[in-house]
Amino acid sequence: MAATKEEIVSGLADIVNEIAGIPQEDVKLDKSFTDDLDVDSLSMVEVVVAAEEQFGVKIPDDDVKNLKTVGNAVDYILAAQA
Amino acid sequence: MSPTNRTVVVTGIGATTPLGGDSASTWEALLAGRSGVSRLEQDWATDLPVQIAAQIAVEPGEVLPRPLARKLDRSAQFALIAAREAWADAGFTAKAGEDPAVDPDRLGTVVASGIGGVTTLLGQYDILKEQGVRKVSPHTVPMLMPNSPSANVGIEVNARAGVHTPVSACASGAEAIGYAIEMIRTGRADVVVAGGTEAAIHPLPIVAFGNMMAMSKNNEDPQGASRPYDSGRDGFVLGEGAGVIILESEEHAAARGARIYCEAVGQGISADAHHITQPEPSGRGIAAALTNLLQNSDLKPAEIVHVNAHATSTPQGDVAEIKALRQVFGDDVDHMAISATKSMTGHLLGGAGGIETVATVLALYHRIAPPTINLDDQDPEADADIVRAEARPLPEGTIAALNDSFGFGGHNVVLALRSWSR
Repeated sequence: MAATKEEIVSGLADIVNEIAGIPQEDVKLDKSFTDDLDVDSLSMVEVVVAAEEQFGVKIPDDDVKNLKTVGNAVDYILAAQA
Repeated sequence: MSPTNRTVVVTGIGATTPLGGDSASTWEALLAGRSGVSRLEQDWATDLPVQIAAQIAVEPGEVLPRPLARKLDRSAQFALIAAREAWADAGFTAKAGEDPAVDPDRLGTVVASGIGGVTTLLGQYDILKEQGVRKVSPHTVPMLMPNSPSANVGIEVNARAGVHTPVSACASGAEAIGYAIEMIRTGRADVVVAGGTEAAIHPLPIVAFGNMMAMSKNNEDPQGASRPYDSGRDGFVLGEGAGVIILESEEHAAARGARIYCEAVGQGISADAHHITQPEPSGRGIAAALTNLLQNSDLKPAEIVHVNAHATSTPQGDVAEIKALRQVFGDDVDHMAISATKSMTGHLLGGAGGIETVATVLALYHRIAPPTINLDDQDPEADADIVRAEARPLPEGTIAALNDSFGFGGHNVVLALRSWSR
């Protein structure tokens, strides 16, 4: 069953917390992974792999560069689930 | 003094070892003669020929924040913990630049490891086999590369004069400190963070060293297994941890009013060119390093009152070192209180030169030599004054000490330190 937008935001918040130590409540749609959430390019790979597993989607390497904000990632996962 | 022959001093120390989570607790345990060796309780150790090791006293995960720790190999975690302690101990309050007492362009790091990120390498290979390509951590390469501890410490303190990692097996930590002394002496840097780290307690290194017949198999008596100079010694006990010191030019330390532990007089280096793992039995190569030290520094044999020996508890190595000391120093060896702290810490491989330099600095500073435990029946070929069961006071006046480190490959590194009274 596909995850809702709220479930994806919450799931990403847990992932970012685990990887970068950022509090879940700071992981919001307009936040940049690199600039706001302390997720560098290597850690972003970890975020992507964890998100793929949790939401049952595939995020090809070429698409990762377009996921600049949490909102970008949520939209991508929502579309990929469909 | 000319910029190529500046006096170098030690202004900070840090350690995390099988005896304690910092240099103070490690030193207290060393003086008390406590062993850091224990039986390995991990499941993987159950059927191994060697089931003992000197494991870290304070797990790095208890000290470092999780997001940082998960991006560092265990060897880099140890190095960072020891470096942070040393940095603060030297009186620095923030990274170079933010603390105006240190110019980042005049600060270097030289932190070595003998093996590098071996548990990361092997652990990620297990993940590749068991969980597939996608699960291999993108941090694998920067975690396993042997320069990772030095580079991470360099980023932490903002060191821009150079970040280095000499690799010479069990001489690596000492070679790092020697390299750092030269960086300052020759004017490349004013302050250098230097030391050694190792984290190789994993079944593969333990089995591999064991198959070389290099390790003690005294599983029934872990605390008695590391017994340098004792007739019953049967190999080294693997240890883990890091020791780091802050080296500084005398004028830089004086200008900021730093507490000076001792002078770093210099180093002697040679290579055996004999066998890839066996020590040259006459001690010729070690003697060459000691001679080289005397030729390249103003150290006088009469000043040397203490040696923190390499002495890993192997049948051949312990004796070769004593023979070399006799060859070079003759009767002067009789006034040297020789300590084998590996009897308590185990052998930290590339970390050994780091923690043993910390111990040697403290021995001079507090004027007391730590004991060599488990020395019940001294090998008659070890013809020297080994400090046995109890710590021993060192004399007043100007005194010097050596820290010896030798490594597979035939690397011989001798560091000399001298008490500071100016």
